[in-house]
Amino acid sequence: MPKPKQPEQTSSGISRRDFFKSSTVGAVSTALVSGVHGEGSSVEVLGPGEVGIKLNVNGKTRRLRVEPRVTLLDALRSELDVTGAKKVCDRSTCGACTVLLDGKPVYACSVLAVEAQDKQIVTVEGLGTPEKMHPVQKAFVENDAQQCGFCTPGFVVACAAFLEKHPNPDIEDLKKGLGGNLCRCGTYDGIKKAVKQVAAEGGINA
Amino acid sequence: MNSFEYASPRTIAGALEVLDNDSVILAGGTDLLSLMKEGLVAPKRVVNIKEIDELKGINVGEDGSVTIGALVTLEEVLESPDLAELCPSVVEAAAGVRSPQIQSVGTVAGDLCQRPRCWYYRNGFGLTAMKDGKSLARDGDNRYHAILGNDGAALFVNPSSLAPALIALDAKISIVGKSGSREVALADFFQTPSSDQEKEYKLEAGEILTAITIPSPAGKKVATYEIREKQALDWPLTAAAVAIEMNGDQVSAAKVVLGHVAPVPWVSAEAGAALAGKQVTAESAAAAGDAAVKSAKALSKNGFKIQLARVAVKRAVLRAAGMEV
Repeated sequence: MPKPKQPEQTSSGISRRDFFKSSTVGAVSTALVSGVHGEGSSVEVLGPGEVGIKLNVNGKTRRLRVEPRVTLLDALRSELDVTGAKKVCDRSTCGACTVLLDGKPVYACSVLAVEAQDKQIVTVEGLGTPEKMHPVQKAFVENDAQQCGFCTPGFVVACAAFLEKHPNPDIEDLKKGLGGNLCRCGTYDGIKKAVKQVAAEGGINA
Repeated sequence: MNSFEYASPRTIAGALEVLDNDSVILAGGTDLLSLMKEGLVAPKRVVNIKEIDELKGINVGEDGSVTIGALVTLEEVLESPDLAELCPSVVEAAAGVRSPQIQSVGTVAGDLCQRPRCWYYRNGFGLTAMKDGKSLARDGDNRYHAILGNDGAALFVNPSSLAPALIALDAKISIVGKSGSREVALADFFQTPSSDQEKEYKLEAGEILTAITIPSPAGKKVATYEIREKQALDWPLTAAAVAIEMNGDQVSAAKVVLGHVAPVPWVSAEAGAALAGKQVTAESAAAAGDAAVKSAKALSKNGFKIQLARVAVKRAVLRAAGMEV
């Protein structure tokens, strides 16, 4: 479950994200000023250089500058240091990057940061805290529903969204409704037990 | 991913203004962003059409026709009482996209316009998967490739989940471009490319697919049946959709469309003809399955798909008739 925030340190004292950030500075500084209108058009065309955007992440408005090509996942992790959502396949397949966008589960790797403006973004950090866990987080702990833990943040968010729609899921609902997340350790059994426990104990709002 | 300009118009007219020959349309994004990360698509401009309200909503016309806006999400398809009542085969097909994360943002038009999953295509060898004058697919790992329509250079399979069900119901699509609008039968939208210069569907640069219209499906018995390798997110190994019209207890007309077996959604006139004039029974359904794969030809590693396609057709027919599969 989410621990108090710790920076990802390497032995050199520089986190991987800091390294990636500093290595892209050259490209960023040469980017063109953005926000021109298309020729004779009333539609604003942004980029390809950085544009200023606002994201509402876990109830807080965050301002940042990103190129239009930056995904929501990269913006969360590399720009805002909200690192709960994980980058694994980066191809809309594994579910490790799952966040809620206006309450719906989405792959943050396949949403552009610039298109996530004006929407409520909730990551695993926004569901609960170590002191006050979300029912899904608590049930994951109690049912040993993680092993290496890398898929866990995405799975927790996906399970919370699933239970919102299926308060009393049967096994078929579970198989289909959690089909968008993969766990290579094979903790599916614990995850199914955790979801069933949340349902049995009154659901995600209990 | 290459860097690109970005626009998010609020009207179709606005979208047409900013779309040019070097632009791509962004809707759900689950396929497009993957393609861009692989460098398979590298546009100068990305036009996000998701803010265009004209492209949203499901409407049932006075004539009983059903119009599905291009931006209707798979989740909206799954939760539509109108579609559940009038064309449950389309809902069954959407349920086959087994990822809530894709269902919540993936759109109907995006399902139709997603690019093939062929691993040679996805790794940069083009739709015809050619390397040094040889077909990587014909001589390589073709276990998921085409068993029908595979005489030419293209051996990938059409990846759409919804197309078979929509084509079985004679759906048409509306397309707008700078020079006007047109309506085409969905079946004619798809094509088998003869070279990498052609695409697998006919949407020109600067055009937008705006809506899908199903003529009144009243009275038709419909179903989709998928055969899958795993229950979680994956494309089916093969699928069949049917729309059957009855005259008394006999089939007056049947349309059978297979998915994931050919470079296009495969309309099997043979399977339809096998059912015409018959009662739907286990025997006639099986005969339709046999007819559907009569001209199928296995590649080196996908012979198993012929049997799967045969069974998918049989079970789709039985399901449409409300019989046990």
